[in-house]
Amino acid sequence: MTTKKSKTVKWGEEPKIGWWEAMYLPAIAGGLATALKHVFSGKTSTRQYPEVEPEIPPNYRGVHRLNRDEEGRVKCVACYMCQTACPANCIEIIAAPAPKDDPHWKDRDKYPETFTIDELRCIYCGMCEEACPVDAIELTSIYDLTGYTRKELIFDKEKLLAVYDETSTTGKDPVRTNRGALGPASEEAATASQGPPPPGRGSHG
Amino acid sequence: MFEYLKQSWPTLWPTLGAIGVILAFVPVLGLYLTFIERKLAAYVQDRLGPNRVGPFGIFQAIADAIKLFLKEQVIPDHVYTFLYFVAPTFSLMTAMFALVVMPFGPVPTEYTEGFRYIVAPGVDIGIMMMIAISSLSAYGIILGGWASNNKYSLYGAIRSCAQFISYEIPLGLSIIGIIAASGSLNIEQIVATQGGAFWNWNVFWQPLALIVFFTSALAETNRLPFDLAECEQELVGGFHTEYGGIKFVLFFLAEYTHVVTVSFLTALLFFGGWHFPGLTGPVDASLGGMLLRTFVLVSKVTMVVGFIMMLRWSLPRFRFDQLMGLAWKGLIPLALANFLCVAIVLTYDLPKHYLAFTALFLVVGSMVSARNLQMTINRPRSEGRPANNVNFTESAL
Repeated sequence: MTTKKSKTVKWGEEPKIGWWEAMYLPAIAGGLATALKHVFSGKTSTRQYPEVEPEIPPNYRGVHRLNRDEEGRVKCVACYMCQTACPANCIEIIAAPAPKDDPHWKDRDKYPETFTIDELRCIYCGMCEEACPVDAIELTSIYDLTGYTRKELIFDKEKLLAVYDETSTTGKDPVRTNRGALGPASEEAATASQGPPPPGRGSHG
Repeated sequence: MFEYLKQSWPTLWPTLGAIGVILAFVPVLGLYLTFIERKLAAYVQDRLGPNRVGPFGIFQAIADAIKLFLKEQVIPDHVYTFLYFVAPTFSLMTAMFALVVMPFGPVPTEYTEGFRYIVAPGVDIGIMMMIAISSLSAYGIILGGWASNNKYSLYGAIRSCAQFISYEIPLGLSIIGIIAASGSLNIEQIVATQGGAFWNWNVFWQPLALIVFFTSALAETNRLPFDLAECEQELVGGFHTEYGGIKFVLFFLAEYTHVVTVSFLTALLFFGGWHFPGLTGPVDASLGGMLLRTFVLVSKVTMVVGFIMMLRWSLPRFRFDQLMGLAWKGLIPLALANFLCVAIVLTYDLPKHYLAFTALFLVVGSMVSARNLQMTINRPRSEGRPANNVNFTESAL
């Protein structure tokens, strides 16, 4: 087979070797010496995992949690934004009107009756977190999620709130927003009075 | 029957004892060699290796064995069931069979009563039988590859078939020099001629034979620089792709038994067997002397095993045409030249130290010719030929 030499393709040349290298044996001895050096160096890059835990960066996307507001209620307003944004369709929300006769809930209109995340289906992209207007759903740094059954890893609202209770107190995953009672969306009234957003900020706000 | 047993018991029990020792040690040895290999591999790669099961992970081998033995026996639909089961058994059988004439401790050249460190003592064709049987071990691999009815398995089997046939020639040729120099095919006799001083070891008289022998023996064991029969990157798992659980264990044990056999042969033929300076002369019957000599032999074997394992983690795998080139263009001429030198020295009754000179000359000569050898092994690529444009059949095998 003859191929025309192209100008754009560079053909590599095999390096020329002398008889010393061509003998193999010195090269083999050299290789063995390198291997032996590593055997006796005593160095290791192994991390003894269960005993020594890795340092997880703060922007790690692990197991989800549902944040609580100051009164301990679930922050989520059941707007379905996360469910819509989720590319893996692992979030399922059933919304219900907030119980108006309960004084505890009187300032809220809607709340999630159920909030289920299939942790096995989730791809941990963090888009739910991005979509959430009230900063209710956040991804924590929990990376070692395991279970004996698939059912165990379908997290409902109670479980997700429990993750919040667990992670927000250890200091490893501080709540990332300090804006408003319900995050940026609750400041809507204040921002709306300022008029339309300045040009360049984008229509999405 | 009972009367016969009673009569033959004095000659029967040493044989049965030796068989027992081999049968008991080979599986344990195989298991622990895998463990040692994993540990060594880890250290070479700056890792820790298995260290969870027991202190330093020493029970890892047992855990592995239990896991493999309790595994579900999967028989793929498309295999030839009978051959599929025969292949691993045959593989291990031939590997163990070669150990029959292998002294694993000091064996006197004359027949003695009592326990001997060999199953069949005084076999006059010992080394020849060994080589003959070791060629049979290709059979197990080929059967496995064929019975698996899987193209990758078959590729592995065909590769190993070609490899075995090619490397048997330098293997036999390199040993011929040793046999001619010691004047016997009997392994005990060959070891006996290496008694006395340090420099009686064959390695100092025929270093080239050692290099050729060791290289081709390594190829016969299907170990790493030559493990084209099972190279994971190209052939999934080669001939044992379709095997799992206990059947895989048998193949695995066979491989490690081969490693042990090769190490024993190297120690016995080239490194003086159980002889060591200060620990030489005729084999004495005292238990201490016997144990000491066994210890010497086993330490030599351990060193060779360690060397084989280190080689595995230092050398890249050969390409198939390089593999064939090394055997046919490199090792066979060298082995022939070595044998020629030995023959000349023996025929004209020249003093033995001529052998060392010729060996030195051969080593230097092969150094000088190595460049040409290299060029024949790495075929020069023609002008403008793309580097990846290899012949199909070649790349497939």
